[in-house]
Amino acid sequence: MSKRKGTTSVGRKILMALSGLFLIVFLLQHCAINFLSVIAPDMFNEVSHFMGTNPLIQYALQPVLAFGVFFHLIMGMYLERQNRNARPIKYAVNKPATNSNWMSRNMIITGIMVMLFMALHFADFWIPELKTKFIDGDMTGMNAAGEFRYMEEMAHEFSNGIRVAIYVVAFVFLSLHLLHGFQSAFQSVGFNHNKFTPTLKKLGTIYAIVIPALFIFIALFHFFNQHA
Amino acid sequence: MNLTLKIWRQKDSKDKGQMVTYNVTDISEHMSFLEMLDVLNEQLVNTGEEPVAFDHDCREGICGMCSLYINGEAHGPDRGVTTCQLHMRMFNDGDTIFIEPFRAKAFPVIKDLVVDRTAFDRIQQAGGYISVNTSGNTQDANAIPIRKANADLAMDAAECIGCGACVATCKNSSAMLFVGAKVSQYALLPQGRVEAKDRVLNMVNQMDKEGFGNCTNTGACEVECPKGISLTNIARMNREYLSASVKED
Ligand code: SF4
Ligand code: FES
Repeated sequence: MSKRKGTTSVGRKILMALSGLFLIVFLLQHCAINFLSVIAPDMFNEVSHFMGTNPLIQYALQPVLAFGVFFHLIMGMYLERQNRNARPIKYAVNKPATNSNWMSRNMIITGIMVMLFMALHFADFWIPELKTKFIDGDMTGMNAAGEFRYMEEMAHEFSNGIRVAIYVVAFVFLSLHLLHGFQSAFQSVGFNHNKFTPTLKKLGTIYAIVIPALFIFIALFHFFNQHA
Repeated sequence: MNLTLKIWRQKDSKDKGQMVTYNVTDISEHMSFLEMLDVLNEQLVNTGEEPVAFDHDCREGICGMCSLYINGEAHGPDRGVTTCQLHMRMFNDGDTIFIEPFRAKAFPVIKDLVVDRTAFDRIQQAGGYISVNTSGNTQDANAIPIRKANADLAMDAAECIGCGACVATCKNSSAMLFVGAKVSQYALLPQGRVEAKDRVLNMVNQMDKEGFGNCTNTGACEVECPKGISLTNIARMNREYLSASVKED
C-alpha cells in the first residue's frame, strides 16, 4: 500500500465528527450548570467556582476544549474551501432542495454564526474570567462584599437587551447546526444501524431543539428578572 | 409536445462553453429523454449543424453511461431512474428544459454534455477487486458459506452502475456513495475480507487524488442515485477505514 502524508477525506470527516461530538457533550454540561442559575443560584455559584478553580478542569479540560472548538472551526473552513474547489463551474440551474435539507447544506453558515457569537461570548465571560484569575491573581471567586461573584456577573451580562437578543439569535443558529450535526456525526464515525439510527436521529432533533431553547430561556429569565 | 431546450455546448475540453437554445416539436410523451435528444440531433444534422454530444450505451438503465443534469437534477426530475429511463411524460408541453453536463472538477467536460468519468475507473483499479488464483484450482464460490443478510447487502451495494449522479448532485462533489458501495460489496463477503484493509485505504486515497470533495452527509446522493444505493454504505466505508487505519500490518 502506498503510504501517504496527512489525513484523507474520510479521516478528516471522522475527526470533524469526533470534535463535534465532544462539543455536544460539553454543551450538555454547560447547559446543566447554567440552568442551576435559574433554580438554585447558590449552587450555581459553588459549581461555577469549582469549575473555575479546579486544576484538572482548568489546566487539562479547558485547553482540550479550546483546542476542540478551534479545530472544529479551522477544519470546517478548510473542508468548505476544498469542497467549493471540487466544482469550479457551477450549474446554471440547480435544485438542491429536492434532495437535501437546508441545515445539511449550510453548516458553514450556521457554524460561522455560532463562532461569531463565541467571540462575543469569550469577550463577555471567558476573557474577564482569565483576567481576574490569572492576571489579577484573584482566585477567591468573591466580590468586594465577600460573596461569590458568578451569579451577579451573569445577571449583569444579561441585563443588556441587545446582548440578550444576540444570544437568542445565536442559539437559533446553533440549533440549526445541531439539527444536522448531531446525527451526521454518528454517520461519519461509521455508526448507521437500521434499528438504532432512527432513534438516534430523533434524539438528535430533541437535543438540537431543547438545549438551545434552554440557553435562550436562561438568558431571557435573567433579563426579565432584572427588568420586571 | 413542443419544448424549448437550453443545452450546454462546448467544442472541446479547452473551450469555454455556453448555454444554447433549441426548439423541438412533436415530441411524444412515450419517448425517453435520450430519444428526445436524438430527435434534436437529427434536426441539427439535417440543417448542417453539429449534433449535441451526450453519453449513452445500453439505454435500459444498466450500464451507467448516460448522465445529464436536467432542470437542476441529476438524471432529471424522476427518482430511481437513469436518463435513458426518464420518460418525456415527466414534462409538459411548452416547458423549457435546462440540460447541463455533470459538473465536478474530477469529471472534466470532454465535449458538450460528455464528461470524463475515468476517475471512477482509477478508484476501482486501486482496490475494487479480489485477487483469485485462476490456475484451475480455484475454490468453488458456492462452497464458501455466506450469511444470507450479508449476501443481500453485498448485492444491493453491487447494484451501483458507476454513473456518477451521486457526485453530480452532491454540493461537495463527493464520490463517497460510489466508493462506499464499491468498498461494501467486497467487505461484506468472505472473499473480500482478505484484502479489505488495503482496499479501503487505497480506494479512499485514489478518491482524494482525483479531486472529489468531502462528504458532509447531506444525503442528496442517496436520493438521486438511480439504483437506490444506501448511505449505510458510506458509514460502512467509514467503519472499514477507521479499523483499517488503526490495524497494524
Ligand atoms: S452510487 Fe448510485 S449515483 Fe453513485 S455512481 Fe453508483 S449508481 Fe450512480
Ligand atoms: S444508457 Fe446505460 S444506463 Fe442509461
